[in-house]
Amino acid sequence: MPDINMIVCCKQVPDPEAPPSVFKVADNKIQLPQDIKPVIGQYEEFALEAALKIKDAMGGKITAICSGNNLIRDVIKKALAVGGDELVLLEDEAFEEGDSWSTAFALATAIKKIGEYDIIFCGRQSSDWDAGQVGLGIADILGLPAVTLARKVEIADGKAKIEQVIPDGYQAIEVALPVVVTVTSELGALRYAALKGIMAAAKKQPVIWKPADLGLETSQIGAAGRRSKLNKLFQPVKEAKCEMIEGETLAEAGTNLAIKLREAKLL
Amino acid sequence: MAEYKGVLICGELTNGKLASISTELLGCGRKLADDLKEDLSCLLASDTIGEASKEAIAFGADKVYVAEQPALKEYQADAYMQVVEQLVKEISPRVILIGQTSVGRDLAPRLAFRLETSLATDCLELSIDPETKSLIQTRPVYGGNAQAILTTELMPQVATIRAKAMTALERDDSRKGEIIPSKVDIDTSKLRIKILETVKEEAVGMKLEDAPVIVSGGRGMGGPEPFQTILKELADLLHGAVGSSRPPADNGWLPEASHIGLTGKIVGPELYIAIAISGASQHIAGCSGSKHIIAINKDSDANIFKEAEFGVVGKYEEVLPAFIGKLKELLAG
Repeated sequence: MPDINMIVCCKQVPDPEAPPSVFKVADNKIQLPQDIKPVIGQYEEFALEAALKIKDAMGGKITAICSGNNLIRDVIKKALAVGGDELVLLEDEAFEEGDSWSTAFALATAIKKIGEYDIIFCGRQSSDWDAGQVGLGIADILGLPAVTLARKVEIADGKAKIEQVIPDGYQAIEVALPVVVTVTSELGALRYAALKGIMAAAKKQPVIWKPADLGLETSQIGAAGRRSKLNKLFQPVKEAKCEMIEGETLAEAGTNLAIKLREAKLL
Repeated sequence: MAEYKGVLICGELTNGKLASISTELLGCGRKLADDLKEDLSCLLASDTIGEASKEAIAFGADKVYVAEQPALKEYQADAYMQVVEQLVKEISPRVILIGQTSVGRDLAPRLAFRLETSLATDCLELSIDPETKSLIQTRPVYGGNAQAILTTELMPQVATIRAKAMTALERDDSRKGEIIPSKVDIDTSKLRIKILETVKEEAVGMKLEDAPVIVSGGRGMGGPEPFQTILKELADLLHGAVGSSRPPADNGWLPEASHIGLTGKIVGPELYIAIAISGASQHIAGCSGSKHIIAINKDSDANIFKEAEFGVVGKYEEVLPAFIGKLKELLAG
């Protein structure tokens, strides 16, 4: 079998591991302090790792693709540093503020332009909007089968063998290529980039496509192409109501907690 | 142009019975249908449906469409899509509701893209705008750090609903409804995916979703051992189950089936005891449906204390043994 062509869709997102207290909403957008750097979404990192595991086993080419604007090179080049071969950026302000539909449409159009693909990896959901639609959307637009929540992916005889997580276990699935696969955390964390990879990534220039390069009107993509309207983004107000139980020692605090729960009829 | 009317829910079965998420969808769908003064329909697709269609009526459906075929025994997107697409073509619902379950996560985006409409996943609240009759969809974003209110002008309006976000109606077996067999010939040549085997990996013991008490540990537990000793002791004492936040599952300290959170299990026990869990929004998404949350954490600023009703600041190694000791005494007395 000739070398397998893999595409991994990546998204630059605000660091989802940032503490909840730093997330603020203004003008219907999330605002984070300057010192919280964006990252590649955690689920896309698992997707990258899925592609790298296949490359380890049988070689192949990994093209990472990312849509947005003002994409920070140090952040997204991680896809190259860990072992990706090419990086394609759909970078223009017209790509900003898309919904699942307009994002999937732009990515699917770019994947068509790339032309050669056997397997398209996406995260199970983005780490910012958490919608979990883009991978399945790309599959529908391209007319490909799709398998969601993969924890293991192997290629043999022109087919993918996938372990799909289901409640309380997994299903072993076989599907012909090309296929779209969305990856979940059980696949395992993305490997660290080796120094050699980081140096090579620093030298490598990403391919940048504007809407016109894809034959797209700006009305079809990003905010203008949305099918869903964002009426409001807000943070629900929570009243802190926690009663702190104390004691002379921590052991006494533990004892007092048990007494308190009994008094409150929780036990 | 077709007229879009009514609310359709895609039901699911567990062990031959209507799944609890489906009763919650019916509860929500009933309210929306009443506000619209339109019908509530429920689709059930499996190899055998049995009494579940009557259950759907008892929980609020006006019409139950029953697709009973061997090919629908296990969920398979390419088979289910044929059934749902055909029914949607037939009855043109205004609103389609699906559970945010592993099936719903897989099915709903495919359906929305196929129908060229929009979808809001994992909704916590849904209502009908009295003027425009459009579906107002509220869903958490940024791991639960914010919420978005969305609408669409496209039809049908599709949403998936988080487990335990909606309340089922009281079962009423005197409710009247219509059961309609759905005659779909599934084109097996369109099934592109082959299921080789289905493997159950559930840890023995009580299921987290059914447990009245959950004792849950986080990254701060430090390793797998305390889950099997002190947390298990506490859980057994309270007739509950042991769960965890994401890091212990990712580290393999516990099986993934124990992971509670946005991408794990969504639970709603009477009592949720969070130990050495910082309380990331992604974890809170899985346990905020609990009736009472108790937190033990050495960091007084931990976010979990914003969710908890009672808390102790301190190392669990020092707090828990005394807590368990006193509990034993109180429960014995």
